[in-house]
Amino acid sequence: MISIYLHRIFRNKLAFAGALLMVILIILALTAPWLAPSHFADQSLIDRLQPPSGKHWMGTDDLGRDVFSRLLWGTRVSLVVAFVAVGIATLFGTLVGLIAGYFGRWTDAVLMRAVDILLCFPTFFLILMVIAFLEPNIVNVMIVIGVTSWTGLARLVRGETLSLRERDFILAARALGASTPRILFVHLLPNVVAPVVVSATLGVGGAILTESALSFLGLGVQPPDPSWGNMLSAGKDYIYFAWWLSVFPGLAILTTVMAFNLLGEGLRDALDPRS
Amino acid sequence: MMIPLLLGITLMTFFIMQLAPGKPTDLVTDLNTRMSSEAREKLVKLYELDRPWHERYWKWLKRMSRLDFGTSFRDGRPVIKKIAESLPATLLLNILSLILIFTAALAIGIFSAVKKDSLFDKISTFFVYLGFSVPTFWVALLLMIGLGLKLGLLPISGLRSIHYSDLSAWRKFLDMSAHLVLPVFVMALTGLAGLARYSRSAMLEVIRQDYVRTARAKGLPERTVILKHAFRNALIPIVTLLGLMLPELIGGSFIFETIFAYPGMGRLGYDAIMARDYPMLMGIGTIVALLTLAGNLLADLLYAFCDPRIRYQ
Repeated sequence: MISIYLHRIFRNKLAFAGALLMVILIILALTAPWLAPSHFADQSLIDRLQPPSGKHWMGTDDLGRDVFSRLLWGTRVSLVVAFVAVGIATLFGTLVGLIAGYFGRWTDAVLMRAVDILLCFPTFFLILMVIAFLEPNIVNVMIVIGVTSWTGLARLVRGETLSLRERDFILAARALGASTPRILFVHLLPNVVAPVVVSATLGVGGAILTESALSFLGLGVQPPDPSWGNMLSAGKDYIYFAWWLSVFPGLAILTTVMAFNLLGEGLRDALDPRS
Repeated sequence: MMIPLLLGITLMTFFIMQLAPGKPTDLVTDLNTRMSSEAREKLVKLYELDRPWHERYWKWLKRMSRLDFGTSFRDGRPVIKKIAESLPATLLLNILSLILIFTAALAIGIFSAVKKDSLFDKISTFFVYLGFSVPTFWVALLLMIGLGLKLGLLPISGLRSIHYSDLSAWRKFLDMSAHLVLPVFVMALTGLAGLARYSRSAMLEVIRQDYVRTARAKGLPERTVILKHAFRNALIPIVTLLGLMLPELIGGSFIFETIFAYPGMGRLGYDAIMARDYPMLMGIGTIVALLTLAGNLLADLLYAFCDPRIRYQ
Protein backbone atom coordinates (compact mmCIF):
# COMPACT_ATOMS: atom_id res chain seq x y z
CA MET A 1 0.00 0.00 0.00
CA ILE A 2 2.59 2.50 1.16
CA SER A 3 4.94 1.55 -1.66
CA ILE A 4 2.21 2.39 -4.18
CA TYR A 5 1.90 5.85 -2.65
CA LEU A 6 5.65 6.36 -2.54
CA HIS A 7 5.85 5.33 -6.17
CA ARG A 8 3.10 7.82 -7.08
CA ILE A 9 4.77 10.63 -5.16
CA PHE A 10 8.13 10.05 -6.79
CA ARG A 11 6.52 9.95 -10.21
CA ASN A 12 5.25 13.48 -9.62
CA LYS A 13 8.32 15.61 -10.31
CA LEU A 14 7.09 18.70 -8.49
CA ALA A 15 6.15 16.76 -5.37
CA PHE A 16 9.53 15.06 -5.46
CA ALA A 17 11.27 18.42 -5.70
CA GLY A 18 9.22 19.59 -2.71
CA ALA A 19 10.13 16.51 -0.67
CA LEU A 20 13.81 16.90 -1.55
CA LEU A 21 13.77 20.57 -0.56
CA MET A 22 12.05 19.71 2.71
CA VAL A 23 14.70 17.13 3.57
CA ILE A 24 17.47 19.60 2.75
CA LEU A 25 15.83 22.27 4.90
CA ILE A 26 15.46 19.90 7.84
CA ILE A 27 19.13 18.91 7.53
CA LEU A 28 20.13 22.58 7.36
CA ALA A 29 18.06 23.33 10.44
CA LEU A 30 19.59 20.45 12.38
CA THR A 31 23.17 21.25 11.42
CA ALA A 32 22.95 25.05 11.54
CA PRO A 33 25.31 25.38 14.57
CA TRP A 34 28.08 23.59 12.63
CA LEU A 35 27.31 24.87 9.13
CA ALA A 36 26.91 28.53 9.93
CA PRO A 37 30.14 30.53 9.62
CA SER A 38 29.32 32.37 12.85
CA HIS A 39 26.85 32.40 15.71
CA PHE A 40 23.59 34.24 15.03
CA ALA A 41 24.32 36.85 17.68
CA ASP A 42 28.01 37.46 16.84
CA GLN A 43 28.39 41.15 16.20
CA SER A 44 31.22 42.95 14.51
CA LEU A 45 30.50 46.64 14.35
CA ILE A 46 33.36 47.36 11.94
CA ASP A 47 31.69 45.12 9.36
CA ARG A 48 28.21 46.56 9.61
CA LEU A 49 25.98 46.73 6.50
CA GLN A 50 28.53 45.05 4.22
CA PRO A 51 27.16 43.96 0.83
CA PRO A 52 27.44 40.25 -0.10
CA SER A 53 31.06 39.18 -0.60
CA GLY A 54 33.24 36.08 -0.40
CA LYS A 55 33.53 36.50 3.35
CA HIS A 56 29.87 37.24 4.00
CA TRP A 57 27.87 35.43 1.31
CA MET A 58 24.72 37.39 2.02
CA GLY A 59 26.28 40.48 3.53
CA THR A 60 25.97 41.74 7.09
CA ASP A 61 23.23 43.57 8.96
CA ASP A 62 23.19 46.83 10.92
CA LEU A 63 25.00 45.19 13.86
CA GLY A 64 27.59 43.53 11.64
CA ARG A 65 26.03 40.09 12.01
CA ASP A 66 26.47 37.62 9.15
CA VAL A 67 23.14 37.38 7.31
CA PHE A 68 23.85 33.90 5.93
CA SER A 69 24.45 32.53 9.44
CA ARG A 70 21.34 34.15 10.78
CA LEU A 71 19.35 32.74 7.88
CA LEU A 72 20.56 29.21 8.69
CA TRP A 73 19.71 29.59 12.37
CA GLY A 74 16.40 31.11 11.35
CA THR A 75 15.55 27.89 9.48
CA ARG A 76 15.43 26.17 12.87
CA VAL A 77 13.08 28.74 14.36
CA SER A 78 10.74 28.78 11.36
CA LEU A 79 10.54 25.00 11.04
CA VAL A 80 10.11 24.34 14.77
CA VAL A 81 7.38 26.97 15.10
CA ALA A 82 5.59 25.64 12.04
CA PHE A 83 5.85 21.96 12.99
CA VAL A 84 4.64 22.47 16.57
CA ALA A 85 1.81 24.78 15.49
CA VAL A 86 0.65 22.35 12.81
CA GLY A 87 0.97 19.48 15.29
CA ILE A 88 -1.41 21.23 17.67
CA ALA A 89 -3.82 22.14 14.89
CA THR A 90 -3.79 18.61 13.47
CA LEU A 91 -4.44 17.02 16.86
CA PHE A 92 -7.28 19.43 17.61
CA GLY A 93 -8.85 19.32 14.17
CA THR A 94 -8.75 15.53 13.84
CA LEU A 95 -10.16 14.96 17.31
CA VAL A 96 -12.99 17.48 16.95
CA GLY A 97 -13.79 16.21 13.45
CA LEU A 98 -13.88 12.55 14.52
CA ILE A 99 -16.03 13.26 17.56
CA ALA A 100 -18.46 15.55 15.75
CA GLY A 101 -18.79 13.18 12.81
CA TYR A 102 -19.15 9.99 14.83
CA PHE A 103 -21.50 11.14 17.58
CA GLY A 104 -23.63 13.37 15.38
CA ARG A 105 -26.76 14.97 16.85
CA TRP A 106 -26.19 17.74 19.37
CA THR A 107 -22.45 17.01 19.82
CA ASP A 108 -22.02 17.64 16.12
CA ALA A 109 -24.29 20.69 16.20
CA VAL A 110 -22.45 22.32 19.10
CA LEU A 111 -18.96 21.63 17.74
CA MET A 112 -19.77 22.77 14.22
CA ARG A 113 -21.43 25.97 15.42
CA ALA A 114 -18.26 26.67 17.41
CA VAL A 115 -16.27 26.17 14.20
CA ASP A 116 -18.63 28.53 12.35
CA ILE A 117 -18.10 31.20 14.99
CA LEU A 118 -14.33 30.84 14.82
CA LEU A 119 -14.48 31.10 11.04
CA CYS A 120 -16.18 34.49 11.36
CA PHE A 121 -13.03 35.95 12.87
CA PRO A 122 -10.18 36.48 10.45
CA THR A 123 -7.55 34.06 11.77
CA PHE A 124 -4.81 36.63 11.55
CA PHE A 125 -6.78 39.16 13.60
CA LEU A 126 -7.59 36.51 16.19
CA ILE A 127 -3.91 35.66 16.48
CA LEU A 128 -2.95 39.32 16.77
CA MET A 129 -5.55 39.87 19.49
CA VAL A 130 -4.48 36.88 21.58
CA ILE A 131 -0.78 37.64 21.17
CA ALA A 132 -1.47 41.18 22.36
CA PHE A 133 -2.60 39.82 25.72
CA LEU A 134 0.02 37.14 26.09
CA GLU A 135 3.64 37.93 25.70
CA PRO A 136 4.95 37.70 22.14
CA ASN A 137 7.51 34.89 22.24
CA ILE A 138 8.22 31.64 20.36
CA VAL A 139 6.13 29.40 22.61
CA ASN A 140 3.05 31.63 22.57
CA VAL A 141 3.29 32.10 18.81
CA MET A 142 3.35 28.33 18.26
CA ILE A 143 0.40 27.73 20.57
CA VAL A 144 -1.70 30.56 19.20
CA ILE A 145 -1.15 29.64 15.55
CA GLY A 146 -1.95 26.02 16.38
CA VAL A 147 -5.08 26.76 18.40
CA THR A 148 -6.52 29.08 15.75
CA SER A 149 -5.94 27.02 12.61
CA TRP A 150 -7.68 23.68 13.20
CA THR A 151 -11.15 24.61 11.95
CA GLY A 152 -10.71 23.71 8.29
CA LEU A 153 -9.33 20.29 9.15
CA ALA A 154 -12.12 19.65 11.68
CA ARG A 155 -14.72 20.22 8.96
CA LEU A 156 -12.86 17.97 6.54
CA VAL A 157 -12.48 15.10 9.02
CA ARG A 158 -16.09 15.45 10.15
CA GLY A 159 -17.28 15.11 6.57
CA GLU A 160 -15.20 11.99 5.99
CA THR A 161 -16.30 10.49 9.33
CA LEU A 162 -19.96 11.15 8.59
CA SER A 163 -19.83 8.95 5.51
CA LEU A 164 -17.53 6.33 7.05
CA ARG A 165 -19.83 5.95 10.06
CA GLU A 166 -22.51 4.38 7.92
CA ARG A 167 -20.20 1.82 6.35
CA ASP A 168 -20.47 -1.89 7.11
CA PHE A 169 -17.09 -2.27 8.79
CA ILE A 170 -18.02 0.23 11.48
CA LEU A 171 -21.34 -1.51 11.99
CA ALA A 172 -19.46 -4.81 12.26
CA ALA A 173 -17.04 -3.37 14.79
CA ARG A 174 -19.94 -2.10 16.83
CA ALA A 175 -21.75 -5.41 16.61
CA LEU A 176 -18.63 -7.15 17.94
CA GLY A 177 -18.79 -4.89 20.96
CA ALA A 178 -15.83 -2.60 20.21
CA SER A 179 -15.63 0.34 22.60
CA THR A 180 -16.22 3.86 21.31
CA PRO A 181 -12.56 4.92 21.62
CA ARG A 182 -11.57 1.76 19.76
CA ILE A 183 -13.98 2.51 16.93
CA LEU A 184 -12.78 6.11 16.79
CA PHE A 185 -9.06 5.51 16.86
CA VAL A 186 -8.57 2.01 15.49
CA HIS A 187 -11.29 1.88 12.85
CA LEU A 188 -12.09 5.44 11.84
CA LEU A 189 -8.77 7.24 12.28
CA PRO A 190 -6.73 5.19 9.78
CA ASN A 191 -9.36 5.94 7.16
CA VAL A 192 -9.06 9.70 7.51
CA VAL A 193 -5.25 9.76 7.66
CA ALA A 194 -4.83 10.68 4.00
CA PRO A 195 -6.64 14.05 4.07
CA VAL A 196 -5.10 14.80 7.46
CA VAL A 197 -1.57 14.30 6.13
CA VAL A 198 -2.27 16.49 3.10
CA SER A 199 -3.79 19.25 5.19
CA ALA A 200 -0.91 19.11 7.69
CA THR A 201 1.70 19.42 4.94
CA LEU A 202 -0.08 22.39 3.39
CA GLY A 203 -0.56 23.76 6.92
CA VAL A 204 3.20 23.93 7.50
CA GLY A 205 3.55 26.42 4.65
CA GLY A 206 0.70 28.50 6.04
CA ALA A 207 2.15 28.44 9.55
CA ILE A 208 5.53 29.63 8.28
CA LEU A 209 3.83 32.54 6.49
CA THR A 210 1.82 33.45 9.60
CA GLU A 211 4.85 33.27 11.88
CA SER A 212 6.92 35.43 9.57
CA ALA A 213 4.13 38.01 9.25
CA LEU A 214 3.76 38.13 13.05
CA SER A 215 7.51 38.46 13.55
CA PHE A 216 7.60 41.12 10.85
CA LEU A 217 5.04 43.15 12.81
CA GLY A 218 7.13 42.67 15.96
CA LEU A 219 4.57 40.36 17.57
CA GLY A 220 6.30 37.05 16.94
CA VAL A 221 9.79 35.74 17.58
CA GLN A 222 11.72 38.44 19.39
CA PRO A 223 15.28 39.54 18.54
CA PRO A 224 18.09 38.59 19.02
CA ASP A 225 16.59 35.16 18.16
CA PRO A 226 16.71 35.07 14.37
CA SER A 227 13.49 34.41 12.50
CA TRP A 228 13.07 35.18 8.82
CA GLY A 229 10.20 37.49 9.69
CA ASN A 230 12.05 39.58 12.24
CA MET A 231 15.11 39.73 9.95
CA LEU A 232 12.86 41.32 7.32
CA SER A 233 11.47 43.64 9.94
CA ALA A 234 14.94 44.79 10.98
CA GLY A 235 16.04 45.05 7.35
CA LYS A 236 13.20 47.29 6.21
CA ASP A 237 14.77 50.34 7.85
CA TYR A 238 17.85 49.93 5.65
CA ILE A 239 16.06 48.73 2.56
CA TYR A 240 17.06 51.71 0.46
CA PHE A 241 20.79 51.04 0.64
CA ALA A 242 21.03 47.45 1.94
CA TRP A 243 18.80 45.35 -0.33
CA TRP A 244 20.41 42.10 0.83
CA LEU A 245 18.78 42.44 4.26
CA SER A 246 15.33 42.28 2.67
CA VAL A 247 15.86 40.01 -0.31
CA PHE A 248 17.43 36.88 1.20
CA PRO A 249 15.09 36.24 4.16
CA GLY A 250 12.11 36.77 1.85
CA LEU A 251 13.52 34.26 -0.64
CA ALA A 252 14.09 31.81 2.21
CA ILE A 253 10.42 32.06 3.24
CA LEU A 254 9.26 31.74 -0.36
CA THR A 255 11.37 28.62 -1.04
CA THR A 256 10.39 26.89 2.18
CA VAL A 257 6.68 27.55 1.86
CA MET A 258 6.82 26.49 -1.78
CA ALA A 259 8.54 23.21 -0.81
CA PHE A 260 5.76 22.28 1.61
CA ASN A 261 3.02 23.38 -0.78
CA LEU A 262 4.45 21.33 -3.63
CA LEU A 263 4.78 18.30 -1.40
CA GLY A 264 1.26 18.77 -0.04
CA GLU A 265 -0.22 19.01 -3.53
CA GLY A 266 1.77 15.97 -4.63
CA LEU A 267 0.54 14.02 -1.61
CA ARG A 268 -3.02 14.99 -2.39
CA ASP A 269 -2.72 13.68 -5.93
CA ALA A 270 -1.02 10.50 -4.73
CA LEU A 271 -3.38 9.74 -1.86
CA ASP A 272 -6.62 10.69 -3.55
CA PRO A 273 -8.26 7.41 -4.56
CA ARG A 274 -10.22 9.19 -7.29
CA SER A 275 -7.15 10.14 -9.29
CA MET B 1 -29.06 30.38 12.39
CA MET B 2 -27.81 33.96 12.38
CA ILE B 3 -28.81 34.81 15.97
CA PRO B 4 -26.86 32.04 17.75
CA LEU B 5 -23.90 32.84 15.54
CA LEU B 6 -24.08 36.49 16.58
CA LEU B 7 -24.31 35.55 20.24
CA GLY B 8 -21.37 33.21 19.81
CA ILE B 9 -19.31 35.96 18.24
CA THR B 10 -19.93 38.33 21.15
CA LEU B 11 -19.28 35.56 23.69
CA MET B 12 -15.99 34.76 22.01
CA THR B 13 -14.86 38.41 21.93
CA PHE B 14 -15.79 38.70 25.59
CA PHE B 15 -13.75 35.65 26.53
CA ILE B 16 -10.67 36.67 24.59
CA MET B 17 -10.76 39.86 26.63
CA GLN B 18 -10.91 37.81 29.83
CA LEU B 19 -7.63 36.22 28.69
CA ALA B 20 -5.90 39.49 29.38
CA PRO B 21 -3.76 39.04 32.46
CA GLY B 22 -4.61 41.11 35.52
CA LYS B 23 -7.55 43.40 36.08
CA PRO B 24 -8.14 46.78 34.44
CA THR B 25 -7.91 48.34 37.89
CA ASP B 26 -4.36 47.05 38.47
CA LEU B 27 -2.91 50.02 36.72
CA VAL B 28 -4.34 52.30 39.37
CA THR B 29 -3.93 50.03 42.40
CA ASP B 30 -0.61 48.27 41.95
CA LEU B 31 1.29 51.34 40.91
CA ASN B 32 0.02 53.29 43.87
CA THR B 33 1.67 52.11 47.09
CA ARG B 34 -0.52 54.27 49.27
CA MET B 35 -3.68 52.64 48.01
CA SER B 36 -5.36 50.83 50.89
CA SER B 37 -6.87 47.40 50.34
CA GLU B 38 -10.30 48.84 51.13
CA ALA B 39 -9.97 51.40 48.40
CA ARG B 40 -8.89 48.63 46.10
CA GLU B 41 -12.00 46.63 46.99
CA LYS B 42 -14.13 49.68 46.39
CA LEU B 43 -12.68 50.19 42.92
CA VAL B 44 -13.29 46.56 42.01
CA LYS B 45 -16.89 46.96 43.23
CA LEU B 46 -17.30 50.17 41.27
CA TYR B 47 -16.36 48.47 38.02
CA GLU B 48 -18.35 45.39 39.07
CA LEU B 49 -15.35 43.15 38.59
CA ASP B 50 -16.54 41.07 41.54
CA ARG B 51 -19.72 40.06 39.73
CA PRO B 52 -19.88 36.62 38.05
CA TRP B 53 -18.91 36.59 34.37
CA HIS B 54 -22.39 35.92 32.99
CA GLU B 55 -23.76 39.04 34.68
CA ARG B 56 -20.93 41.15 33.27
CA TYR B 57 -21.36 39.58 29.86
CA TRP B 58 -25.08 40.33 29.88
CA LYS B 59 -24.45 43.97 30.78
CA TRP B 60 -21.78 44.26 28.11
CA LEU B 61 -24.11 42.68 25.58
CA LYS B 62 -26.87 45.17 26.37
CA ARG B 63 -24.47 48.06 25.83
CA MET B 64 -23.16 46.49 22.65
CA SER B 65 -26.61 46.12 21.15
CA ARG B 66 -26.71 49.93 21.23
CA LEU B 67 -23.27 49.90 19.55
CA ASP B 68 -21.80 51.42 22.71
CA PHE B 69 -18.29 50.02 22.98
CA GLY B 70 -17.10 52.57 25.53
CA THR B 71 -14.21 54.94 25.01
CA SER B 72 -10.70 54.33 23.76
CA PHE B 73 -7.98 54.13 26.45
CA ARG B 74 -5.68 56.17 24.25
CA ASP B 75 -7.55 59.40 23.64
CA GLY B 76 -10.82 58.92 25.47
CA ARG B 77 -12.90 59.24 22.30
CA PRO B 78 -15.85 56.88 21.76
CA VAL B 79 -14.72 53.65 20.12
CA ILE B 80 -17.63 53.55 17.71
CA LYS B 81 -16.77 57.01 16.43
CA LYS B 82 -13.17 56.06 15.71
CA ILE B 83 -14.32 52.91 13.92
CA ALA B 84 -16.89 54.85 11.90
CA GLU B 85 -14.17 57.22 10.73
CA SER B 86 -11.83 54.50 9.53
CA LEU B 87 -14.28 51.90 8.25
CA PRO B 88 -15.03 53.54 4.85
CA ALA B 89 -11.33 53.52 3.90
CA THR B 90 -11.05 49.83 4.81
CA LEU B 91 -14.23 48.94 2.94
CA LEU B 92 -12.95 50.81 -0.11
CA LEU B 93 -9.67 48.90 -0.01
CA ASN B 94 -11.32 45.53 0.52
CA ILE B 95 -14.01 45.99 -2.10
CA LEU B 96 -11.52 47.16 -4.72
CA SER B 97 -9.28 44.17 -3.94
CA LEU B 98 -12.24 41.84 -4.17
CA ILE B 99 -13.19 43.23 -7.58
CA LEU B 100 -9.60 42.85 -8.78
CA ILE B 101 -9.40 39.31 -7.41
CA PHE B 102 -12.61 38.25 -9.09
CA THR B 103 -12.07 39.80 -12.51
CA ALA B 104 -8.43 38.74 -12.79
CA ALA B 105 -8.83 35.30 -11.26
CA LEU B 106 -11.88 34.38 -13.33
CA ALA B 107 -10.24 35.58 -16.53
CA ILE B 108 -7.07 33.62 -15.79
CA GLY B 109 -9.05 30.59 -14.66
CA ILE B 110 -11.30 30.44 -17.71
CA PHE B 111 -8.51 31.08 -20.14
CA SER B 112 -6.16 28.47 -18.72
CA ALA B 113 -8.96 25.91 -18.55
CA VAL B 114 -10.03 26.50 -22.14
CA LYS B 115 -6.44 26.45 -23.38
CA LYS B 116 -5.31 23.67 -21.05
CA ASP B 117 -1.58 22.83 -21.28
CA SER B 118 -0.90 25.87 -23.46
CA LEU B 119 2.01 28.16 -22.67
CA PHE B 120 -0.37 30.60 -20.98
CA ASP B 121 -1.72 27.82 -18.79
CA LYS B 122 1.76 26.75 -17.75
CA ILE B 123 2.92 30.28 -16.98
CA SER B 124 -0.21 31.10 -15.01
CA THR B 125 0.05 27.83 -13.07
CA PHE B 126 3.59 28.77 -12.15
CA PHE B 127 2.53 32.21 -10.94
CA VAL B 128 -0.34 30.70 -8.99
CA TYR B 129 2.15 28.51 -7.13
CA LEU B 130 4.30 31.52 -6.51
CA GLY B 131 1.32 33.52 -5.27
CA PHE B 132 0.45 30.79 -2.78
CA SER B 133 3.91 30.61 -1.30
CA VAL B 134 5.12 34.19 -1.34
CA PRO B 135 4.96 36.20 1.87
CA THR B 136 2.77 39.06 0.68
CA PHE B 137 4.13 41.60 3.15
CA TRP B 138 7.53 40.98 1.57
CA VAL B 139 6.14 41.67 -1.90
CA ALA B 140 4.65 44.86 -0.46
CA LEU B 141 8.07 45.85 0.83
CA LEU B 142 9.80 45.15 -2.50
CA LEU B 143 7.14 47.00 -4.50
CA MET B 144 7.34 50.00 -2.19
CA ILE B 145 11.07 50.18 -2.75
CA GLY B 146 11.03 49.37 -6.46
CA LEU B 147 8.03 51.30 -7.74
CA GLY B 148 7.77 53.81 -4.93
CA LEU B 149 11.22 54.89 -3.89
CA LYS B 150 13.63 53.92 -6.69
CA LEU B 151 11.39 54.70 -9.64
CA GLY B 152 9.16 57.21 -7.87
CA LEU B 153 6.12 56.04 -9.83
CA LEU B 154 3.64 55.60 -7.01
CA PRO B 155 3.07 57.01 -3.55
CA ILE B 156 3.78 54.41 -0.87
CA SER B 157 1.84 55.52 2.16
CA GLY B 158 -1.45 56.97 3.24
CA LEU B 159 -4.51 57.57 1.11
CA ARG B 160 -4.04 61.24 0.22
CA SER B 161 -1.15 63.55 -0.53
CA ILE B 162 -0.32 66.43 1.82
CA HIS B 163 -1.61 69.00 -0.66
CA TYR B 164 -4.80 67.01 -1.25
CA SER B 165 -7.18 69.77 -0.16
CA ASP B 166 -5.78 72.19 -2.77
CA LEU B 167 -6.49 69.86 -5.68
CA SER B 168 -9.37 69.98 -8.11
CA ALA B 169 -11.96 67.22 -7.93
CA TRP B 170 -10.44 65.29 -10.83
CA ARG B 171 -6.93 65.63 -9.40
CA LYS B 172 -8.25 64.47 -6.03
CA PHE B 173 -9.59 61.35 -7.66
CA LEU B 174 -6.27 60.72 -9.44
CA ASP B 175 -4.35 61.32 -6.24
CA MET B 176 -6.41 58.84 -4.27
CA SER B 177 -6.29 56.27 -7.06
CA ALA B 178 -2.50 56.46 -7.18
CA HIS B 179 -2.35 55.89 -3.44
CA LEU B 180 -4.62 52.88 -3.76
CA VAL B 181 -2.71 51.02 -6.50
CA LEU B 182 -0.10 49.29 -4.35
CA PRO B 183 -2.28 48.37 -1.35
CA VAL B 184 -5.06 47.01 -3.56
CA PHE B 185 -2.67 44.99 -5.70
CA VAL B 186 -0.79 43.51 -2.76
CA MET B 187 -3.98 42.69 -0.87
CA ALA B 188 -5.40 40.93 -3.90
CA LEU B 189 -2.32 38.77 -4.39
CA THR B 190 -3.02 35.81 -2.08
CA GLY B 191 -6.70 35.51 -2.82
CA LEU B 192 -6.00 35.87 -6.52
CA ALA B 193 -3.80 32.79 -6.66
CA GLY B 194 -6.29 30.63 -4.80
CA LEU B 195 -9.30 31.74 -6.79
CA ALA B 196 -7.53 31.52 -10.15
CA ARG B 197 -6.66 27.93 -9.50
CA TYR B 198 -10.06 27.10 -8.14
CA SER B 199 -11.87 28.58 -11.11
CA ARG B 200 -9.53 26.76 -13.49
CA SER B 201 -10.42 23.40 -11.98
CA ALA B 202 -14.11 24.31 -11.75
CA MET B 203 -14.07 25.22 -15.45
CA LEU B 204 -12.21 22.03 -16.39
CA GLU B 205 -14.84 20.03 -14.53
CA VAL B 206 -17.71 21.77 -16.32
CA ILE B 207 -16.20 21.67 -19.81
CA ARG B 208 -16.28 17.87 -19.68
CA GLN B 209 -20.03 17.77 -19.04
CA ASP B 210 -22.54 16.50 -21.55
CA TYR B 211 -24.47 19.75 -21.79
CA VAL B 212 -21.37 21.54 -22.98
CA ARG B 213 -20.91 18.95 -25.69
CA THR B 214 -24.58 19.33 -26.57
CA ALA B 215 -24.18 23.10 -26.82
CA ARG B 216 -21.23 22.63 -29.16
CA ALA B 217 -23.13 20.02 -31.17
CA LYS B 218 -25.98 22.47 -31.58
CA GLY B 219 -23.47 24.59 -33.47
CA LEU B 220 -23.35 27.44 -30.98
CA PRO B 221 -20.31 29.67 -31.33
CA GLU B 222 -17.47 28.73 -28.96
CA ARG B 223 -17.79 32.05 -27.11
CA THR B 224 -21.38 31.34 -26.18
CA VAL B 225 -20.57 27.78 -25.17
CA ILE B 226 -17.78 28.88 -22.84
CA LEU B 227 -19.29 32.03 -21.37
CA LYS B 228 -22.97 31.09 -21.20
CA HIS B 229 -23.10 27.35 -20.81
CA ALA B 230 -19.86 26.44 -19.11
CA PHE B 231 -18.95 29.54 -17.12
CA ARG B 232 -22.34 30.05 -15.49
CA ASN B 233 -22.19 26.57 -14.07
CA ALA B 234 -18.58 26.89 -12.98
CA LEU B 235 -19.53 30.09 -11.14
CA ILE B 236 -21.63 28.22 -8.59
CA PRO B 237 -18.81 26.57 -6.63
CA ILE B 238 -16.71 29.72 -7.05
CA VAL B 239 -19.24 31.88 -5.24
CA THR B 240 -19.06 29.55 -2.24
CA LEU B 241 -15.39 30.38 -2.00
CA LEU B 242 -16.20 34.07 -1.70
CA GLY B 243 -17.62 33.61 1.80
CA LEU B 244 -14.48 31.79 2.88
CA MET B 245 -12.17 34.39 1.38
CA LEU B 246 -13.61 37.37 3.20
CA PRO B 247 -12.13 36.73 6.66
CA GLU B 248 -8.76 36.16 5.03
CA LEU B 249 -9.02 39.44 3.14
CA ILE B 250 -10.06 41.46 6.18
CA GLY B 251 -7.29 39.80 8.19
CA GLY B 252 -4.87 41.02 5.53
CA SER B 253 -6.05 44.58 6.18
CA PHE B 254 -4.28 44.47 9.52
CA ILE B 255 -0.91 43.79 7.92
CA PHE B 256 -1.15 45.86 4.78
CA GLU B 257 -2.78 48.94 6.24
CA THR B 258 0.05 48.99 8.77
CA ILE B 259 2.73 48.62 6.10
CA PHE B 260 1.22 51.26 3.84
CA ALA B 261 0.25 53.60 6.72
CA TYR B 262 -3.27 53.43 5.33
CA PRO B 263 -5.87 55.25 7.44
CA GLY B 264 -8.28 52.36 7.90
CA MET B 265 -9.66 50.05 10.55
CA GLY B 266 -6.82 47.56 10.15
CA ARG B 267 -4.25 50.07 11.23
CA LEU B 268 -6.52 51.29 13.98
CA GLY B 269 -6.63 47.68 15.20
CA TYR B 270 -2.88 47.26 14.99
CA ASP B 271 -2.32 50.44 16.96
CA ALA B 272 -4.90 49.31 19.52
CA ILE B 273 -3.06 46.00 19.91
CA MET B 274 0.26 47.73 20.41
CA ALA B 275 -1.27 50.07 23.00
CA ARG B 276 -3.34 47.33 24.71
CA ASP B 277 -6.41 49.46 24.10
CA TYR B 278 -9.00 46.86 25.19
CA PRO B 279 -12.27 48.72 24.50
CA MET B 280 -11.00 49.60 21.03
CA LEU B 281 -10.04 45.98 20.34
CA MET B 282 -13.37 44.61 21.54
CA GLY B 283 -15.16 47.04 19.27
CA ILE B 284 -13.03 46.21 16.24
CA GLY B 285 -13.25 42.48 16.91
CA THR B 286 -17.02 42.59 16.96
CA ILE B 287 -17.29 44.79 13.87
CA VAL B 288 -14.89 42.58 11.92
CA ALA B 289 -16.88 39.46 12.77
CA LEU B 290 -20.12 41.20 11.82
CA LEU B 291 -18.60 42.25 8.49
CA THR B 292 -17.61 38.67 7.79
CA LEU B 293 -21.10 37.51 8.66
CA ALA B 294 -22.60 40.11 6.33
CA GLY B 295 -20.21 38.96 3.61
CA ASN B 296 -21.33 35.38 4.06
CA LEU B 297 -24.94 36.44 3.77
CA LEU B 298 -24.09 38.29 0.57
CA ALA B 299 -22.38 35.17 -0.77
CA ASP B 300 -25.55 33.18 -0.04
CA LEU B 301 -27.64 35.72 -1.94
CA LEU B 302 -25.22 35.66 -4.87
CA TYR B 303 -25.42 31.91 -4.76
CA ALA B 304 -29.16 32.06 -5.28
CA PHE B 305 -28.62 34.61 -8.03
CA CYS B 306 -26.19 32.33 -9.89
CA ASP B 307 -28.12 29.13 -9.40
CA PRO B 308 -31.82 29.25 -10.30
CA ARG B 309 -32.30 25.81 -8.74
CA ILE B 310 -31.80 27.35 -5.29
CA ARG B 311 -34.08 30.29 -6.03
CA TYR B 312 -37.08 28.14 -6.81
CA GLN B 313 -36.82 25.92 -3.78
